[in-house]
Amino acid sequence: MALLSGFQVKIKTTMKKNIFSILLASAVILPFGLLAQTAVKSKTKTEQKPVTAVLSAKSSASIESAFTGSGEDWFIEAGKAVFPALPYSYEALEPVIDKSTVEIHYDRHHRGYFNNFMKAVAGTDLEKMSFYQIFGNMTDFPAGIRNNAGGFYNHVLYWSIMSADGGGKPSGKLLDAITRTFGSYDAFYQQFNDAAKTRFGSGWAWLSIDFKTDELFITSTANQDNPLMNTEGKRGFPILGIDVWEHAYYLKYQNKRADYVENFWNKLNWQEVQTRYNDYFRLADRLNK
Amino acid sequence: MNFEFPQLPYAYDALEPHIDKMTMEIHHTKHHRAYFDKFTAAIQGTDLESKSMEAIFAEISKAPLAVRNNGGGFYNHNLFWEILSPKGGGEPTGKLAEAINTKFGSFEAFKTKFNDAAANRFGSGWAWLSVDNDKNLCVCSSANQDNPLMDVHDCKGTPIMGLDVWEHAYYLKYQNRRPDYIGAFWNLVNWNKVSENFEKALK
Ligand SMILES: [Fe+2]
Ligand SMILES: [Fe+2]
Repeated sequence: MALLSGFQVKIKTTMKKNIFSILLASAVILPFGLLAQTAVKSKTKTEQKPVTAVLSAKSSASIESAFTGSGEDWFIEAGKAVFPALPYSYEALEPVIDKSTVEIHYDRHHRGYFNNFMKAVAGTDLEKMSFYQIFGNMTDFPAGIRNNAGGFYNHVLYWSIMSADGGGKPSGKLLDAITRTFGSYDAFYQQFNDAAKTRFGSGWAWLSIDFKTDELFITSTANQDNPLMNTEGKRGFPILGIDVWEHAYYLKYQNKRADYVENFWNKLNWQEVQTRYNDYFRLADRLNK
Repeated sequence: MNFEFPQLPYAYDALEPHIDKMTMEIHHTKHHRAYFDKFTAAIQGTDLESKSMEAIFAEISKAPLAVRNNGGGFYNHNLFWEILSPKGGGEPTGKLAEAINTKFGSFEAFKTKFNDAAANRFGSGWAWLSVDNDKNLCVCSSANQDNPLMDVHDCKGTPIMGLDVWEHAYYLKYQNRRPDYIGAFWNLVNWNKVSENFEKALK
């Protein structure tokens, strides 16, 4: 029932703007080569296999509504948001994250945040606001927006920066920036792990870019908060995030969060993190910091 | 040091099928144990060592975060294990039943209020039935390991019943279905113990 009403809300909100949005929303090509699906469609096909992309990822349609974890996500209007497909199969992150955890996490938790968010913005001024604007003015909105907008966006980023063949170390400009700020990759690794392990209760650890200095910093946030929300003491542009809610690891690791955090690096796709790092500088003039 | 890590008042599988054995075992021997160990380490050699939990919580805003998180984690789970029982369930009787009717209208209305508090607590935390400073019952929830005895809490009082809604309390069996776990909880409530806590809190 919840899924159905989420779907209806999306149709309703997109119709108000533009009849073509419906077509776009149901067949948008994501840069990682998957067809974005409507909530109803993907519910019936939980083990969707990747479909080869036939259109350019840079088409304006995909930038309009598809969430990919890229910098452009921030400029999507809330009312046009589409729940993105997982960029790999449920078992792709084994043995670091087990199939069952990925399935429940993506299909229940993440989808729940998306549906609740779409319901919360339907018929309000927020439909026309970008995620960037909403996060930047989060203190103006009720907790339901903060929790579900964060829950939706944070998981998009989380899925997008992992991959079956992840691991290794960063290189290029990102490695330079890491070395500049933390002294070494190892020092960065230590500090990030500490942030993820010591966040008490549910939350996230982040690597972000400081709006003031354009340099990297590490923080953790409670619940579904995000470094771009104006509720944060130090705001920045997140390029890497790890979910440390117990639901992210409990089926496999139970109380051993530290093991999950340390194993996470074996599935981290540094190329995607590097892309987000570059996005920040590419999109600088749209981020009126 | 006047604090001890308690044994469970029943076997790990005693609360089946509502709370599974593995969850109980990890919850008690890992989560609860870790809170206890970290709490006692955090107060060791400080003047908190000789204080009661109630006295520590009454000024928790002045204590280090480790005392708040782990002291809360220690105390909250002590209460949680006590108010559960394999022979639990049903409805309260006597003075507690009267107080619930007076405050909430009916037992069902109270249950709804408590269920909402437990279901709507976003992220990790607890739902509480407490006796406030005017000796009235009240239902609220708190984040993480905070509780109504803490001076940082916005609905202060003496907790007489608590429900752990951290995901670790239910994830192995219920995953994302927190409401099912909350529903199952009512089959386990030890109303004799909650009544006893109520009488104590009135004094
Ligand atoms: Fe999550
Ligand atoms: Fe717990």
